[in-house]
Amino acid sequence: MRRGVLGERSEFDGLALVCLLPSLLYVLALFVYPFLYGIYLSLHPLKLARFSLANYATFFTDPYQYGTVWITFRLAIPNAVVVSVVALWLAYGMRRGIWLERTITTVLILPISLGVILLSEGILGFYGANGWLNQALLGAGIVAEPLELTHNYIGVILSLFMQQFPFCFLMLLGYISGIDPSLEGSARTLGATPWIVFRRVMLPLIAPGLAIAFALVFVMSFAVFPSALMLGQPSGATRSIAIAAYQQAFEQYDMSYASAIAVIMGLCQLAALIAIVLVRGRLASGATIGVGKR
Amino acid sequence: MRGRLWKLALYLFVIGFILNLMGIVGNVLVSAFAKRWFGKPLPPAFTTDWFVFAWKNFDLGQVLGVTLFVALAAVVLALLVGTPAAYVLARRKFRGKALLLLLYFLPLLIPQMTYGIPLATTLYRFGLGGSLTGVILAVLVPMVPLAVFVLMPFFEQIGIHLEWSAAVLGATRFQIFRRILFPLLVPGLLTAGILILVNTISNFELAFLLSGGGSQTLVVALFYNVFAGGVRPVYSIDAMAVIYMAMVMVLLLIALRFVRPTQMVFRLEGGGR
Amino acid sequence: MKESLKSLRFSITKRYGAKTVLDRLELDIRGRQFVTFLGPSGCGKSTALSIVAGLIPASEGSIWLDGEEIGHLPPEKRGFGMVFQNYALFPHMTVFGNVAFGLELQRRPAHEIKTRVQAMLELVQLSGLDERYPGQLSGGQQQRVAIARALVLEPKLMLLDEPLSNLDAKLRVEMRAEIKELHAELGLTSVYVTHDQAEALSLSDWIVVLRDGVLMQAGSPQDIHDRPRNLFVADFMGFRNFFKVRLAPAPAPGIVEGEGDGLRLRARDGGGFPPGSDAVLAIRPEDIRLAPAAGGANAFRGRVEIVEYLGREHEAAVSIDARTRVWVRTTERLAPGDALELAFPPDKLVVLPTE
Repeated sequence: MRRGVLGERSEFDGLALVCLLPSLLYVLALFVYPFLYGIYLSLHPLKLARFSLANYATFFTDPYQYGTVWITFRLAIPNAVVVSVVALWLAYGMRRGIWLERTITTVLILPISLGVILLSEGILGFYGANGWLNQALLGAGIVAEPLELTHNYIGVILSLFMQQFPFCFLMLLGYISGIDPSLEGSARTLGATPWIVFRRVMLPLIAPGLAIAFALVFVMSFAVFPSALMLGQPSGATRSIAIAAYQQAFEQYDMSYASAIAVIMGLCQLAALIAIVLVRGRLASGATIGVGKR
Repeated sequence: MRGRLWKLALYLFVIGFILNLMGIVGNVLVSAFAKRWFGKPLPPAFTTDWFVFAWKNFDLGQVLGVTLFVALAAVVLALLVGTPAAYVLARRKFRGKALLLLLYFLPLLIPQMTYGIPLATTLYRFGLGGSLTGVILAVLVPMVPLAVFVLMPFFEQIGIHLEWSAAVLGATRFQIFRRILFPLLVPGLLTAGILILVNTISNFELAFLLSGGGSQTLVVALFYNVFAGGVRPVYSIDAMAVIYMAMVMVLLLIALRFVRPTQMVFRLEGGGR
Repeated sequence: MKESLKSLRFSITKRYGAKTVLDRLELDIRGRQFVTFLGPSGCGKSTALSIVAGLIPASEGSIWLDGEEIGHLPPEKRGFGMVFQNYALFPHMTVFGNVAFGLELQRRPAHEIKTRVQAMLELVQLSGLDERYPGQLSGGQQQRVAIARALVLEPKLMLLDEPLSNLDAKLRVEMRAEIKELHAELGLTSVYVTHDQAEALSLSDWIVVLRDGVLMQAGSPQDIHDRPRNLFVADFMGFRNFFKVRLAPAPAPGIVEGEGDGLRLRARDGGGFPPGSDAVLAIRPEDIRLAPAAGGANAFRGRVEIVEYLGREHEAAVSIDARTRVWVRTTERLAPGDALELAFPPDKLVVLPTE
C-alpha cells in the first residue's frame, strides 16, 4: 500500500511526514544549525574573517582562559563522585520501598523545581557568615569563627549537590528497583551475607546505571554557570568555562571566540562521556551478554 | 542489629537533607518579611513593606507578565509542534527512527549552557536577541522534545485497535482524532503542559542568554538583582524570590495532582535506554 | 546428600499491615519427604516458602530444624537451597560461575569447586555449557542451572518456588519427572510450591492446600484427590458437579442420602453429617457413568446440551431437568439433543459442608 520514503515496508507515509516536519524543522533550525554555525563561527575569528584556529590558539595559550577547564573539572568531578556515591548508598538502602516514600520523593524534587537561582539565594543566606547554620555552630560552641561556606568553592559545590543529588538519587532508585529482587534472595540462600550480595551480585548489575547517572551529573556540573557566579568567586577560584564563554559573548561581544569556548566546553563533556561509556562497556560486558536480548 | 543502624543512618541523612532544604527556603522566607535582620535567629520585627518595594522598584508587574506570557506560549507551541510528532513516533516504525529519537533527546541531555551560547549567537544574528520572540524560541528548544517524550507513552497506551475499530465504523482520520484520540489524550496533554510550564518558569540559562531589557523573566530578574548585590536591600530581593517561589509552589502543587513526583525529574524518561 | 534434615517443624503467621497473608500455618516435615504447598495465586504459599528460607521475617511463630529454633537465622546461615520461579540466575556470571558461587563463598579449594561443579552439571545434563551466560540458555537449561546451583551445596532442605511455571507444557512434564528422580536419587527433603494440581499430585508425598493464607486440607495425594474435605479443595481438584442437598436418615450403614435440586442422591458417608443437615454432594465429570445403574438409585435421564471435544474424550453438559445440569466426560461420541441415561456411583460422590 505505502511505498516507504525511508525504505521498504516502512510505515512512513505522507501523514507521518506532515506530523513530524514541524518539530523536526524546529530542532534542525534551532538546535542543529546553531551548533554547526557555532563551530563554523569559532573557526572564523572576528579580526581575521577567514578560516583560522586563532581562537583556539588564544584560548590554550592564555592561562586565564585555559585555567577555566581545570577549574571546571575540579568542580565537576568531585561533585559527580560525591553525588553518585551518596545517591547510590541512599537508593540501595531504600530499594525495597520506603516509609513515607511519596513524601520523601516530593521533598527531594523541590530543589529541582525551585531552580538554581532561588536555591543559590537561599544558600547565600542560610550558609552565610550570619546565617542560621553558623549561628547554630557558634551557639553550640563547635566553632569559634563562622565557617566560610559561601563565595568560594564550597558554596558552588553545595549548590551543585542540592541540584543534582535528587536527580541522581531518583534515577538510581528507579534503576535499582528494576533489578529482580529474587537475585538477592537466591544469593542469600547460597550463603552470601548482605555485604557480599552487594559486592558480587548487585553492584555489577547496578554499575551500568551508575555509570550513566555519573555521566549525566558530570555533564550537568561541567556546565555550571549561575551558581558559580552567585555562590563562588566568578573571577577567581570558580571561574568556570561557561563563565568564560559568557564573558566573551556578552561582555567582549566576540561571538566567534565565545563559540570557540563553547565548542571546547562541549568537547570536554563529550570526552568525559566517551570515557565513561568505555568504562561502562568494560563493567557491563558480562552483564549485557548475560541478559541477552534485553 | 547492624541492619537497623544502617536504616537509621539512611533516615538521618534524609532528615538532614530536608532540614537543610528547610533552612535554605526558610531563610529566604523570613528575610523577605524582616524589617532588619542581622546575626539573630529571627528578626526583631516583621513587615510586608519589602513586597511593595520590590513590586515598584523591580517592575514586577511587567516581569510577571513576561514570565506568564513566555510560559504559556511555550506550553501552547510545544504541544502544537510536539503532539503530532509524538503520535508518529509512538505509532509508526520506520528506518532512522532511533536516530530521530536520539536527535530529539539531545537538547534534553546536553546542558543548556553548552548549546545556549551558539543558539544565542544565531538568534542575535537574526535580530531576535533580547526580544520576547527570541526568549520563547530559545526556551522551546528543550521543551518541544520534552512534549514529545512525555506524550509518546500516552499515545502508546491508547491501543491502535481503538483507531482501527473507529475506522471500521466509518470514521475519517479527522473524526478519529477529534472523537477518539483527543479525549483520551487529555490527561497526557495536561501532564505535558504542566511539566512544560514548571520547566519554563524555572528555566534560567536559555532565558538569561536571550533576554534583554523588556524581556526578562522572573528568574532572570531575580538573578540580576542577586548578582548586582548590595545595590538593593537583600530583603527586597528575598521578597521577589518569595513571589517566584510562591508561583512555582502553586504550580508544583497543581502538577503533583496529575503527575508522579519522579516524572518531574525524569524529563528524560522514555527517551533513554 | 551427606546430611538431610530429620524434621522441620514450623508454625508461622504473616501480616502486612491489617492484612493476614498466612494465618498460623503449622506443618511438620520429616526427612526425605516431598511436601507441596498447593493453591491459587495469592494464597500465601510463596510467602510461606520465603519465610522458611529466611528471606522475609514472619510476624509471629517459629521454625524448628531438628528441634532447634532457627527463625532468627539469616538465610545464609540456614543451609537451605532454593529454586525461584524465574530461576534468578546471576546474569553477569557464566553457568560455571553461577553454580560455583556458593562454593566460592564457602572458600573451598579451586580444584574441589571445579570437580563438584562439573559433577553437578553432568547430573543435570548441562556438561559443556559452563562458559555460557544465562541469557544464552533456553528456559529449561536455565532451570537446570538453578537446580544445580542449589544442589551443589548439598542443602539440608530444597525449597522450590513454582520452578516449572515458566516452561511450556511439554518441557514441564519432562522436568517434573527429572525433579522427582533427583529428589529420590539424592535423598533430598523438598518443599515445593505450585498452583498446578497435576504437578502436586505427581510429585508429592504430602500436599498442603492453602487459600487466603489458611490451611484448607493437608494429606497424601490420594487423600486430597479422592476425599476433599471442603468445597474449595473439591473445586480445585477438578470436581465439577455440585448438588446442594438436605440429608435424610441414612438408608444403610456407611451411606448417606440427600435430597435437593429435585434430585435424590446416595453417597459414601464421610462422617460428621447428621440427618437433617445441609450439605453439598460433589462428583467429577469422569466418574459419572453413561449407563442405567443396577439398583435404579442415583440414576437419571438427561438430554445433551453442549459438547466440548477434548481430544481423547468429550465433556458434555447434560440437563436432567429444567433446573439441573451436570457435566459428564466420556469417550463416546455425543451430539446436542441426544438422550442419555446417567448413573452416579455412590462411592464416587463425596459429601462436603456447605461452607
